[in-house]
Amino acid sequence: MNNLSTSKPLSYWSAFKSIFIREIKLAWQKPTQLVQPVVFFLIVVTLFPLGISPAPKTLQMIGPGVIWIAAILAIMLVVERLFRQDFQEGTIEAWLLSTVPMSLLVGAKLLAAWFISCSVLVLITPVLALLMNIETHVIPALMLSLMVGTPILLFVGAIGNALTVGLNQGGVLLSLLVLPLYIPVLIFATSLIEAATLNMSYTGQMSILISMLLVSCFFAPVAIAAALKNTVN
Amino acid sequence: MLEVQGLTCFRQNRCLFADLNFVLSEHQICQIEGPNGAGKSTLLRAILGLFRADEGQIIWSGKSTTQQAELFLQQVFFLGHKFAINSDLTPWQNLEFWSALNPTQNDDFASALTKVGLTGLEHIPCHSLSAGQHRRVALARLWLTNTKLWVLDEPFTAIDKSGVQLLQQRFNSHLTSGGMILLTSHQDLSQEFTQLHTIKLTDNTGEII
Repeated sequence: MNNLSTSKPLSYWSAFKSIFIREIKLAWQKPTQLVQPVVFFLIVVTLFPLGISPAPKTLQMIGPGVIWIAAILAIMLVVERLFRQDFQEGTIEAWLLSTVPMSLLVGAKLLAAWFISCSVLVLITPVLALLMNIETHVIPALMLSLMVGTPILLFVGAIGNALTVGLNQGGVLLSLLVLPLYIPVLIFATSLIEAATLNMSYTGQMSILISMLLVSCFFAPVAIAAALKNTVN
Repeated sequence: MLEVQGLTCFRQNRCLFADLNFVLSEHQICQIEGPNGAGKSTLLRAILGLFRADEGQIIWSGKSTTQQAELFLQQVFFLGHKFAINSDLTPWQNLEFWSALNPTQNDDFASALTKVGLTGLEHIPCHSLSAGQHRRVALARLWLTNTKLWVLDEPFTAIDKSGVQLLQQRFNSHLTSGGMILLTSHQDLSQEFTQLHTIKLTDNTGEII
């Protein structure tokens, strides 16, 4: 006979950890999902020298912008399927019915998603920077901008995905919703890299990017939790 | 005690049920019946707060569930039409991640999976299981959960006869220990439940038998 009064205590930290581990395990079991955005990122960037001109000067000029736009498109791929499987299988409902706050669970999932999909993009950027003939002193700035920028893109995109995941043709609506919101990030990131190219200080642009990151870190999980609750309804 | 007061739900401008009232107390099991599309699942989801009811309120031990959502959810187990089993994870991993978010009596996954007849299948991904076995993974949670109110949407779907018997035995032991069960099902419960109530959802109204 079970005893309805005794139960194992639930801790928020262990719930957070368990979601994080779950995401990592799932990514490990389905490596195609892990590799796809990275391969896409690589291919898009390598197509530019072929399509425009392999002249070192041209590449140097367009390089940072191309890498940034390719990163945005790669993250769109990640964002588009972020909550899809969990929604279809009913996991989102189960999360909503848990006593652990939904925004905490969403936060764990986003953090895992950044580690799985976006950190690799940042790490392979130096190789692509060499391909695009970007000067070596600009590479750290480029990587820093991606390091701070990609989580913003992921968090904002995740809000869009949470809003559209219940729709049949949600993908189109998602890009319409989310891509305009990526514009400020792209503007400040490219302006940061331009400053770095001219050997100027880029702390101003960096501070703006970091503040965008903090705001999105704070509000995105709450917004996503509300959006998912609405989608499930 | 669960009390449903004047619950009214609309879906796409169609009234599923209006002014539905019923009470479910300890040791009681309530079966919701009705044709497809009558609003059985919506009723369950409205009680849990997953669906926004147009009118009415749900009272749990004297207080509205919207005022004490956390306390209410701590005591509810829900098995929906979609049963939150990730097909890429193994039955064991699924139970492990579920138990991190839900109140359980213990973490004895091995015996829960043995109970539902999944011995030897604990560590293979759920997508290679049959539909019935997939469902059994979800049902294994009934042997782990520590909640008072069970809300089950079609728990017998894809389950074989012996499985149905086993589930009903589990229902009985839950009821005798003071639990309550609210379920939808198209088939009649074959075992004797002393405290069985039935709610029939027909067009527009819920009728209590």
